[in-house]
Amino acid sequence: MEIFGIPSQALFGQLLIGLINGSFYALLSLGLAVIFGLLNIINFTHGAQYMLGAFCAYLFLEKLGVGYWWSLLIAPVVVGITGVIIERTMLSKLYKLDHLYGLLLTFGLALIIQGLFRNEFGSSGLPYRIPQELQGAQNLGFMFLPNYRGWVIVVSLVVCLSTWYVIERTKLGAYLRAATENPQLVQAFGINVPRMITLTYGFGVALAAFAGVMAAPIYQVNPLMGADLIIVVFAVVVIGGMGSIMGAIVTGFGLGIIEGLTKVFYPEASNTVIFIIMAIVLMFKPAGLFGTQK
Amino acid sequence: MSASTPTDQQYAVRTPAPVGDELRAQKIAFMVMVAIIAIAPVVVYPVFMMKVMCFALFACAFNLLIGFGGLLSFGHAMFLGSAGYVSAHAAKVWGLTPELSILCGTAAACLIAYVSGLLAIRRQGIYFAMITLALAQMIFFFCLQAPFTGGEDGIQAVPRGKLFGLIDLSNIVAMYIVVAVIFLGGFLLIFRIVHSPFGHVLKAIRENEARATSLGYDTDRYKLAAYILSGTIAGLAGATKALVFQLASLTDVHWTMSGEVVLMTLLGGLGTIFGPVVGAAVIITMQNYLAQFGAWVTIIQGVIFVICVLAFRRGIIGEIAHAIKKSL
Repeated sequence: MEIFGIPSQALFGQLLIGLINGSFYALLSLGLAVIFGLLNIINFTHGAQYMLGAFCAYLFLEKLGVGYWWSLLIAPVVVGITGVIIERTMLSKLYKLDHLYGLLLTFGLALIIQGLFRNEFGSSGLPYRIPQELQGAQNLGFMFLPNYRGWVIVVSLVVCLSTWYVIERTKLGAYLRAATENPQLVQAFGINVPRMITLTYGFGVALAAFAGVMAAPIYQVNPLMGADLIIVVFAVVVIGGMGSIMGAIVTGFGLGIIEGLTKVFYPEASNTVIFIIMAIVLMFKPAGLFGTQK
Repeated sequence: MSASTPTDQQYAVRTPAPVGDELRAQKIAFMVMVAIIAIAPVVVYPVFMMKVMCFALFACAFNLLIGFGGLLSFGHAMFLGSAGYVSAHAAKVWGLTPELSILCGTAAACLIAYVSGLLAIRRQGIYFAMITLALAQMIFFFCLQAPFTGGEDGIQAVPRGKLFGLIDLSNIVAMYIVVAVIFLGGFLLIFRIVHSPFGHVLKAIRENEARATSLGYDTDRYKLAAYILSGTIAGLAGATKALVFQLASLTDVHWTMSGEVVLMTLLGGLGTIFGPVVGAAVIITMQNYLAQFGAWVTIIQGVIFVICVLAFRRGIIGEIAHAIKKSL
């Protein structure tokens, strides 16, 4: 069977890869957006923290024999705690300065973390096995869907939508949104804003680590796995605009799919298509598709 | 006048005008720099010094944008790298003389700066940094895939050629003098820009864009002009570097290079005239001595970043200038 002269197997295969990539774009840009909302900094360490998540899973399995499922739970907590420490000891000293210093600090931290892991593990990828329960594939009639890939798409959708629900529809989220608008006023109502900021950073970082654990069986575990990815995610964030949580999710998945389709129809541009879309969006809607210019 | 409005005196403290005494300090520093460039080849390898000068010019160009325009570009490698490719291609394939090759490279950087600048100045602050980074990554992938760049190998064995068809640049002394002239010329150009009326408007925009707009300045045009100037001079550095090392490679367009130039400028002192030069010299020296330790270079660079941001925001020259109460 062919669609537009392309074998449907190839088309659906690339669409699936696009959806998988999109899941990670969505998870990562969601974390960036949550952090940016409250802290007003771009977390350049996000890619390194995604890598840390994957390495946590790898090391848990190799050194302690802790499997995928526990890693999925523990790794985000561990990496999230390191995030809390970073926020308390360093980032919190910068809030009164130009926000660009936060970007520079987190960039430096990313260099340190990635360098240390490259020293220890080299730059070639380490394999991580797909958990037993999720091996195999489903025949959907028009294509084979490997179970693990289906799982990644479903779980990241669930995580993204629950994050959206918590932030937009619960009381906790209301505090968070209020503190994003006017931290002084919220503090005056007796809410501990500094602690909220710390926990928000920790949560954003934990999301990155969670994505890292999910990615470990698909991409290989590599000290630089997050380094180039984070730049693409930045472009995704610029396209979506930082203002809206749902915007981050939709653009993440959408751009993953577009990237996958580009691989089918014009493979040469598949690396750059997201950046080209960013340029076009900037021309017509500088604040991003879902953003509002401040 | 409300209490929060800064007085003229406060402004004078933040950006001292280089009159009399101030300008003298900068003149002395400039003389010292020229003397070092003249004497250094006796002590250290000329190629090392040429590398330092290329990166110093690159960092000065970057500093023009962040230090005086307040715009943090995280994609300056796109100018350095693509200018290097174009000048290497011009020298090797088209067989142009070195001065024309460098001109071609610089012009290419200018063009890229114009197009990317039109897009990037539409957002500010953190977004500006992210957009420039993403555009630079696009240029990186273009350089990786384009047929004339040689992919992973880059363009190797670029002939240095004869300057104006007369002076053979494979002679190290001649090459050294050419690089020194380009560096000092670029440096003086930036110095002139900073102290020109244009430079003062730029500083005004950095300090308070809304007020600059209210005074009738089209701030977007000024920012775009600063961005293009910065990108073009960065391209000049890259084009020269490609001839010095007879190599144009992916290293120079990669985002790590964009990070390095930020680090050089930050370490030397953001918004100082001489800071980027000192920062570039320190970082290049460090890379030279630590090259054998592989990833440790990255780690140490990261540590310097963190220290600079947390405790050393004025940078080396900034601290000196603060201590002697003059702007350098």
